[in-house]
Amino acid sequence: MITTHGLTKRFGRVLAVDSVDLDVREGDRYGFLGPNGSGKTTTVRMLLGLVYATRGEIEVLGEPIPKHVRDVLPEVGALVENPAAYPHLSARTNLTILDASGPPTDRASRRNRRQRVGEVLEQVGLASIGRRPVKTYSLGMRQRLGIASALLGRPRLLVLDEPTNGLDPQGIREIRELLVGLNRAGTTIFMSSHLLAEVEQLCTRVGVVDRGRLVAQAALTELRGETGRTLVRVGDPAGAVGLLDGRVVGRDGDRLVLAGTTVAEATARLVQARITVHEAAPERRTLEDVVLGLTSHGSDRVDGDGHRTEQLQP
Amino acid sequence: MIVVEIRKLFGRRRTWVSIFLLCLLPTVVAVFLSLTDIGPRPGEGPAFLSAVLSNGALYPAAALGIVLPIFLPIAVSIVAGESIAGEATTGTLRYLLVRPVGRTRLLVAKLSSITLFVLVAVFAVSITALVVGLNLLGSGPVVATTTVSGTPLSPSQLGIRTVLTILYVGWSMLGVASVAFFLSTLTDSPLAAALGGLSALVGSTVLVTLDAADNVRDYLPTRYWLAWVDFFRDPILWRDIERGFLVQGVYVVVLLGMAWANFTTRDVTS
Repeated sequence: MITTHGLTKRFGRVLAVDSVDLDVREGDRYGFLGPNGSGKTTTVRMLLGLVYATRGEIEVLGEPIPKHVRDVLPEVGALVENPAAYPHLSARTNLTILDASGPPTDRASRRNRRQRVGEVLEQVGLASIGRRPVKTYSLGMRQRLGIASALLGRPRLLVLDEPTNGLDPQGIREIRELLVGLNRAGTTIFMSSHLLAEVEQLCTRVGVVDRGRLVAQAALTELRGETGRTLVRVGDPAGAVGLLDGRVVGRDGDRLVLAGTTVAEATARLVQARITVHEAAPERRTLEDVVLGLTSHGSDRVDGDGHRTEQLQP
Repeated sequence: MIVVEIRKLFGRRRTWVSIFLLCLLPTVVAVFLSLTDIGPRPGEGPAFLSAVLSNGALYPAAALGIVLPIFLPIAVSIVAGESIAGEATTGTLRYLLVRPVGRTRLLVAKLSSITLFVLVAVFAVSITALVVGLNLLGSGPVVATTTVSGTPLSPSQLGIRTVLTILYVGWSMLGVASVAFFLSTLTDSPLAAALGGLSALVGSTVLVTLDAADNVRDYLPTRYWLAWVDFFRDPILWRDIERGFLVQGVYVVVLLGMAWANFTTRDVTS
């Protein structure tokens, strides 16, 4: 659905995106992860033809971008950075205006506009919002409206930049369920986020970007592989450490981290020594470990060089 | 898309308030004139305001003369400056482009709504002035309607010349609009674009009066703005009107071309 080759964008001296090769397949729920300022939004903007690439090729739905952007975008729903709407108009009017501005398609025609507007408002939980102008909406409601406008054209591909921004836990869950439902019905989802937990719960494939470079791209289960170590929780940790001497590489209360053994072998030995085993499982990497291992600090952290501080202190 | 843009612009209260304010000023002036009967001496004050005391039918032209130097350009600049930069500020520009609305299409639609605004504003001022003028200043004997040159003017001649004036003033305003419109594609701040359009206007007005700028004077955008007074001479003095039309046309074409070239190739990062 989305393929890029050597996608690069330079803003003056800043290399915002550096030879990114994305590969999003049909039916994916693709999570585009990276710290703030790592080039996620710029990449999204390039995919949608808002920003022109310095180098590299983009294909969305099999067509080159930005050359055939007009044929592709009617089948793409997008949320870019923040949602936006005319503040003095209601959600319904905003959606109607937006829909009337662009070309109709087979799935989203002029005739079913009213129905579609009602449908998407219901999907995002704004059905009874009435005629209040958007300027009176809370952040979460605006976010829902943004997602509604992305869904309005009944797209085959959703490109969502930080879709759960500003939502409360309940709202995040609702949107997650909505996206999973749409994905089951055949919509491919490409979402960018810096929230690891969100991607971990929603996505099937992950791309990790750091300082404009794509540092990893794989299925979520593949990234979260086993570390080769074993986690056990036992009734008598001191006894277990004595028994498994040399194998224990970490201890936290009654939890032990073992290396050079397997779940089967460790439990067998512990049970033989009459030590109760409450839990035993192979250790898996969390997405957090993977991402933190691959990326550096976000560009919003600006560390001083320490020089100034010294001068200020007597 | 054009219809959507026009409805967006004219669906806003702000648009109608600005048109209302434009009509208010000439009305206030007419009230004072009718109450006191003291007009500016001939040759002073706004263009031929002195002539309307005896005849309200000339007042539409005089009213355009009143709003032309500042009020009309301010209103037009604000609307044109708002066009693209305003969408960028609310963030709706990216959603329009992603909808997708072609960039050229968006420019054409915005330009159409601006042009319509200019025409509506100029017509509203003229019609208000006609009503106010006839009621407050009196219509006077028809034969007494005279040109600036002193010859009589029939009602139909007056009508035609007033319409020509409206179109000429509208064309001049399109010049202001295209400066602000170009700037609007350049910056994400509607205020900067509107003020930029006005600065160009003020700059040009200053240079026109400056003798040292004699060489460039004839190419300045505001040089022939007041040439519409020549519609009320007998016979109509076409020379300045034609030149004004052409100079303004060059500005409009060049600036709109620049707006197009800039907007269709730039990164939308707002």
